[in-house]
Amino acid sequence: MNIHIQNGRLVDPASHTDQLADVFIANGKIVGTGGTAPQDFKAEKVLDATGCIICPGLIDLSARLREPGFEYKATLESEMAAAAAGGVTRLACPPDTDPVLDEPGLVEMLTHRARLPAFAHVHPVGALTVQLAGKQLTEMAELHEAGCVAFGQANQAIVDTQVLLRAMQYAATFDFPVWLQAQDPFLAQSGVAHEGEIAARLGLTGIPVAAETIALATLLQLARETGVRLHVTRISSAAGVDMIVAARAAGIPVTCDTAVHYLHLCDHDIGFFNPHARLDPPLRTQRDRDALRTGLASGAITALCSDHTPVDDDGKQRPFGEAEVGATGLELLLPLTLKWANEMKLPLLTALARITIGPARIMGVDVGRITPGLAADICVFDPSASFQVSRNHLKSQGKNTPFLGLELPGRVRYTLIDGYIAYAHDQTD
Amino acid sequence: MTTQTSTHRNPQLNHQGELNHLLSIEGLSREMLTRILDTALPFTEVAEREVKKLPLLRGKSIFNLFFENSTRTRTTFEIAAKRLSADVINLNINTSSASKGESLLDTADNLAAMQADMFVVRHAASGAPYLLAQHLAATGQDHIHIINAGDGRHAHPTQGLLDMYTIRHYKKDFTQLTVAIVGDVLHSRVARSQIHALTTLGVPEVRVIAPKTLLPSGIERMGVRVFHDMKEGLRGVDAVMMLRLQNERMQGALLPSAQEYFKAYGLTLEKLALAKPDAIVMHPGPMNRGVEIDSAVADGGQAVILPQVTFGIAVRMAVMAMLSGA
Amino acid sequence: MNKLPPSNAEALCQQLARKMQPSVDVKHTILVGIHTGGAWVATRLHTLLGLQTTLGVIDVSFYRDDYNQRGLHKGGGKSHLPFATEGAHLIIVDDVLYTGRTARAAMNELFDYGRPDKIELAVLVDRGGRELPIAPTYCAQTITLPAAQMLALTRAEDGTLTFQLTAESHGETGK
Repeated sequence: MNIHIQNGRLVDPASHTDQLADVFIANGKIVGTGGTAPQDFKAEKVLDATGCIICPGLIDLSARLREPGFEYKATLESEMAAAAAGGVTRLACPPDTDPVLDEPGLVEMLTHRARLPAFAHVHPVGALTVQLAGKQLTEMAELHEAGCVAFGQANQAIVDTQVLLRAMQYAATFDFPVWLQAQDPFLAQSGVAHEGEIAARLGLTGIPVAAETIALATLLQLARETGVRLHVTRISSAAGVDMIVAARAAGIPVTCDTAVHYLHLCDHDIGFFNPHARLDPPLRTQRDRDALRTGLASGAITALCSDHTPVDDDGKQRPFGEAEVGATGLELLLPLTLKWANEMKLPLLTALARITIGPARIMGVDVGRITPGLAADICVFDPSASFQVSRNHLKSQGKNTPFLGLELPGRVRYTLIDGYIAYAHDQTD
Repeated sequence: MTTQTSTHRNPQLNHQGELNHLLSIEGLSREMLTRILDTALPFTEVAEREVKKLPLLRGKSIFNLFFENSTRTRTTFEIAAKRLSADVINLNINTSSASKGESLLDTADNLAAMQADMFVVRHAASGAPYLLAQHLAATGQDHIHIINAGDGRHAHPTQGLLDMYTIRHYKKDFTQLTVAIVGDVLHSRVARSQIHALTTLGVPEVRVIAPKTLLPSGIERMGVRVFHDMKEGLRGVDAVMMLRLQNERMQGALLPSAQEYFKAYGLTLEKLALAKPDAIVMHPGPMNRGVEIDSAVADGGQAVILPQVTFGIAVRMAVMAMLSGA
Repeated sequence: MNKLPPSNAEALCQQLARKMQPSVDVKHTILVGIHTGGAWVATRLHTLLGLQTTLGVIDVSFYRDDYNQRGLHKGGGKSHLPFATEGAHLIIVDDVLYTGRTARAAMNELFDYGRPDKIELAVLVDRGGRELPIAPTYCAQTITLPAAQMLALTRAEDGTLTFQLTAESHGETGK
């Protein structure tokens, strides 16, 4: 279908474009931007973007779809609806499904199942070791062929450094990126909150910052040794950010991301044991939060993700230490990014880069920008509208968010995936 | 940045600011703590009468929900409830069967359906009573009162209160005292409650004495002075509050042996002599003689460990009476 | 029946003592005053009657029947009964008898200390308005007062007892 998006403000971080411009789409691709339509273009549908921003469809580096294996928590249908409502057109999902994504067949099944026009593009992250057990390497070449964009361990550390080294070497052989969380399993053992004043008061077992920095030191050293393309997931501490910056300055090609929760919350937000604040890595101090906000603004951290993890009520309505880890977030990625940008007075170009071109580069896929010839993955949103986060409003089956009840900025009006209108804002929404 | 608004109001207080649950000492004012201690005073005399009962809670059902075993604490709550003429039902829920079957909230809902008026809850997870309180409020059952009998490492408010009652009984004025808490503070809900109570009641110097492995990170921020040298820490102290050391600590690479612990951190007559001559020695029980405390001290004239038990019943009666009448 | 409220509490005490004297055994009769007003009157009567027994004070806070409505009464528990209640002849003393609930609470409490042989009730003023079948054994004056008015005994610094009439506050009710 030929679509003409008009009267909007085009913000495309990759090309540093921020101006009033229309977008023209045909055959699922962008065919033109600017004031005049391309030759012979006849619009079959016109989308009015008055007062709205037109930007590349958002790219989320971590969203758990809960398939296969955890369908009681969420399904592809519900989570893809959430993605579309959140303006997310492309996402990477971690390998900790059930069964684990360590076999090409499973990856193919998932990508096949996810191939519907209304669904965001799915880039599975394959398991780095079989069953994520940290002992045996997976068939990375086969998995890559099946569609894996990188290899990781979700939240499971590889304890044996020998195996970690070998896994990185093997991945480097094929120039496959490795996405790993920096958390020492022994220091983080049975920890449920940041080790500090709040955990001490609440009687919760703490995870010290050292758990992140010690593991990070190991990862960075091994990355230097092996030359692997390392991406550190969910950096959570000021010290961690400093180490990444220093490593890059020393020539190690490492990237990192953080999740929206760490940008806005800290350990105080556990409040009276709110299980929605139970996250991995844990919410750390205000100082750490501020360092993440600054790091993301400066580009020390190049990508922001939702770390979307739907958990059913049974999984959350437990004492803090027993609650399942994680928060829902696909629909909150954009609003929380805008909130951060507003508070730090950052230009939209910078803020949106962190959820479009930034993640695209880490994924190594040529997407996340609005240029003629590329797939029409577009998000149209109203930056001045706001909404209150509520269970009813969320399309995800996971209603588990520490932001419940809060008013957030930004409402998505349209989401296009390959030129297909996957989401159109209903006036009654 | 604020999060879920419903968890922001102190769940222990009702809309009139009265005590609806006792979940933690933290969040209670000096005035409230003093009121509880004052209320406990007449209840100590009930034990000396012919009929050791008051009719206050007649017809009320109090359920002891113990997800963590403890015969002693459960028994004192039972005695306190019965002295107020309440009906007491004891539920010892084995933790492993609870995790297999009924959740904490399901258990509570079933008991609420049996017209429970009060739950006394002990659970291995910090924050469990808060979850329960929120659930009761959310399901329109907040006429049921909750007393936290110990949640994980977080709090043991009735123990903290009875310890304060004990100190007040022997020392009268909190604002002139130096108090030392000795032992495994890291794992102790009793210690946390004691620290909150002491600081709220205006004790000018609260000390904790322990090796680094047994102190939580950031403990100073709770308003205490940290000592690793017990002799230094006990100097001039008015009350010594000992904590129990559990055997598991040796297994978890926190301590090498009970013997070495006793040498450095055990309370002996020699070390006690460094405190004030009229200093009192307290212990929440049960004692590990020869590990944290020497028998000579435990059985000596400065120990007030048995009075603590008696006061504990009166304090628990006071809490139950105050909550029930709210 | 007087319409005017009484103010001369001291005179009433004398009257009450005169009425009680014939029935009192100075070696065995025990007075138990209800905290606070009744306790003041009991102290006065103890001297006037020349009793050789110990004086008792009873605080009925934990035996009130309005706990479910009003919660725990603040400042309770000042009972002091330094004698054996078992087998005793007790006279409960109070300043004002109104609904009868306080007297009932006092009896309940006394029985929890031990079974007395005989309990009698002595009051300065019976203001009517009974809600329970309780009657005073000895009474100095009977009057009628509207429910909106409260009659309370006060004690001056020099110890003089006086009655005060006030509009009802939502504190002490139901005597």
